[in-house]
Amino acid sequence: MLNPQQRYDLLIAGGGNAALCAAITAAEAGASVLVLETAPKPYRGGNSRHTRNFRCMHSGPQGVLTDAYSEDEYFDDLLKVTKGKTDEALARMTIHASEACYGWMEARGVRFQPSLSGTLSLSRTNAFFLGGGKALMNAYYRTAEALGVEIAYEAKVTHLEHDGQHIARVEAEIDGERAAFAPRAVVVASGGFQADLDWLAEAWGPAARNFLIRGTPYNRGVVLRDLLNQGVQTVGDPTQCHAVAIDGRAPKFDGGIVTRLDCVPFSIVVNKHGERFYDEGEDVWPKRYAIWGRLIANQPDQVGYAIIDRTSLRLFMPSVFPPVEADTIEGLGQQLSLPNVKLRETVDAFNAACGPGDFHPTELDGLSTTGLEPPKTNWARPIVEPPFYGYELRPGVTFTYLGLKVDARAQVQGPQRPVENLWAAGEIMAGSILGQGYLAGFGMTIGTVFGRIAGEEAAHYAC
Amino acid sequence: MLAEMTAEARRQVEICNACRYCEGYCSVFPAIHRQRVFSDAEITQLANLCHNCRGCYYACQYTEPHQFALNVPQALADVRQASWRDCAWPRAFADAFERSGVVIAVVLTLAITLLFALVQALQPASGEGFYTYMSHGVMVTLFAPAFLAPLFAIAMGLRTYWRAVGGGSLTIGDLWSACRAAGTMTNLSGGHGDGCNFEDEDRYSNSRRWFHQATLYGFLLCFASTSAGTVLHYGFGQEAPYGLFSLPKLFGVPGGLLLCAGTAGLAWLKLKADRALGAQRAWNGEMAFVLLLFFVGASGLVLYAATGTSAVPALLALHLGAVLAFFLLTPYSKMAHGFYRLAALAKDAAEARHRAG
Repeated sequence: MLNPQQRYDLLIAGGGNAALCAAITAAEAGASVLVLETAPKPYRGGNSRHTRNFRCMHSGPQGVLTDAYSEDEYFDDLLKVTKGKTDEALARMTIHASEACYGWMEARGVRFQPSLSGTLSLSRTNAFFLGGGKALMNAYYRTAEALGVEIAYEAKVTHLEHDGQHIARVEAEIDGERAAFAPRAVVVASGGFQADLDWLAEAWGPAARNFLIRGTPYNRGVVLRDLLNQGVQTVGDPTQCHAVAIDGRAPKFDGGIVTRLDCVPFSIVVNKHGERFYDEGEDVWPKRYAIWGRLIANQPDQVGYAIIDRTSLRLFMPSVFPPVEADTIEGLGQQLSLPNVKLRETVDAFNAACGPGDFHPTELDGLSTTGLEPPKTNWARPIVEPPFYGYELRPGVTFTYLGLKVDARAQVQGPQRPVENLWAAGEIMAGSILGQGYLAGFGMTIGTVFGRIAGEEAAHYAC
Repeated sequence: MLAEMTAEARRQVEICNACRYCEGYCSVFPAIHRQRVFSDAEITQLANLCHNCRGCYYACQYTEPHQFALNVPQALADVRQASWRDCAWPRAFADAFERSGVVIAVVLTLAITLLFALVQALQPASGEGFYTYMSHGVMVTLFAPAFLAPLFAIAMGLRTYWRAVGGGSLTIGDLWSACRAAGTMTNLSGGHGDGCNFEDEDRYSNSRRWFHQATLYGFLLCFASTSAGTVLHYGFGQEAPYGLFSLPKLFGVPGGLLLCAGTAGLAWLKLKADRALGAQRAWNGEMAFVLLLFFVGASGLVLYAATGTSAVPALLALHLGAVLAFFLLTPYSKMAHGFYRLAALAKDAAEARHRAG
């Protein structure tokens, strides 16, 4: 079992995709590796266990990926979502390296499947993991164990001792007992801080306590905070997190993919006072779900209610919880605890503002309200056909942007100079490339590319 | 009981339908993702389509301790088991599914005792090979009804099943596609060909697939051996015993070996696999059935090897007793799964045909 006396070549803080990519790469290069994963075994893998694909550049059909996806197109897609908040050199390096990841992953047990039903738009750009991210993590843990990587669960890294030049000591709590290690090299791949509601509240104010956390409760940013306290260089807006509108009945943590709700474009969304507050039909949902996280975060009690009628129920992916259902708007309002009179007025005003025109659920159809404030500029059909359905919406936090600044070799930058034996990979450094917004599957690409680089560099340094 | 199990399976597949990560593993998930609401008929069909490969369980982000507590292989196994029970004909024997292990042991003991008694009481005056100890006439009198009656019972069960799942008309193509899926065990391939997650948690392995195929093809070869013997007997006047290079032996010996290897392998895997991912109440019955099949194959081989020795009468009674028990229990043991599984695969193929227009 675990031996604190042993001098490991590499200690890795974290147990998700980036951590295991680093562990496998370093072990294959001959390094002795210890992985400290905060979560217990059933919850190992951080937010990677909730993922489903990675975004992969490719010059022609490759495995499950159709057609081609060039570096320039990939980078353009990244520019659009980040609005320029990226580091072009790092981003292009990552994109370029993603192509070789596909084969590397397959050789280490990851299996792919064609784009899932309901996600056809991603079949060219994103390679889906068969079984999702937990299956991917299972494959990596098997591969790592076979290479002799030692893995400790419920092992929380509490402190990295930075002596100005390198990390001299790593302190941890393993199964509730304190332990200290003196590894030759360290990789931090312990994710963001989105599960620490106090930290979120510092940035967002008390409203953050009403946010749901879509992923693991174990990303509390302990390692990140510890390194920030020691003056390590950071990137990313410390006040921002990526939040999307999700089913308000989702569990506080770990609800994952199933809590998504795609009904907004076909609905009207009201706040707890029964008032509309934004154009529900501004654009297709994949381009709007992140904005709606923020919109709802700014409403009283951080809650919204999407209301549709019978005609829209089958236009979007099924929800994990059945909708609230009633034969009248008043009945629906009662069940959702909304002010009935106001809700009736809102629905009537909306219905009256809907005009004639053709409805096309899969494209911007221009079917807009007239004379309504705020307008609904697409898919505006009156809500008149019972039964009526309602979904509670709340902001669900996916990740935080604040992270460690790294160079192209994944090395962490100290106050004056690079930390000699410290590398970072995954969400903890993703802010270096993804300064704003999100591009589906890019988090896993950053984790894989930088995990491999960090593992290679650390093994090279230590062995 | 079926109603509660169906409700639990429905709760689980509705969560699956909002996730869809497991789409590529087998036929069950694409069938789920085509629906929005799940009737009892659809849940029963999904349950019988599931081969319990467990890939979805180990990949699932929502298994316990997560509050969604998904265990789809178990939920579907429970419904599947209960659906066979509900389809059993005659109804009075339905309980056999619940106590299958005990029932198998009792029926086996009774059948062997009966065969011993017959060998003792009705030993013919003359005959060769087996027929020294039991005449062909006695064997046919006993086994013809013991073979045909269970087949009739299975047919009645399938009729009930087909009504329960709302099955329509089938084409030869549907049946062929079902047989091909069963013949290659596509649904145990894991979608990628590396197999399923049965005996060693999340490690992919084709062991179960190969052992199941050894059992299936071994059984079919043994069946072909008996059929060939019947044809030779009635059609060509050639009576047992047959030489090593006769059709019955060319089918029967490899068939018996495959059947023994397959069932031994399946029993071994079953001991290693996590019982909480299947129908736990059915474990004993399933294990007893696998061992019964092993006993049928092994006793047949030993009987052949012992040709000409004084052990033949006892071995003959053991082997024929096991075969008799196996036939009689077919509609009320794990053997029934083959028929319901084929029905589910055929329905899935028919639905694919309808979608293709």
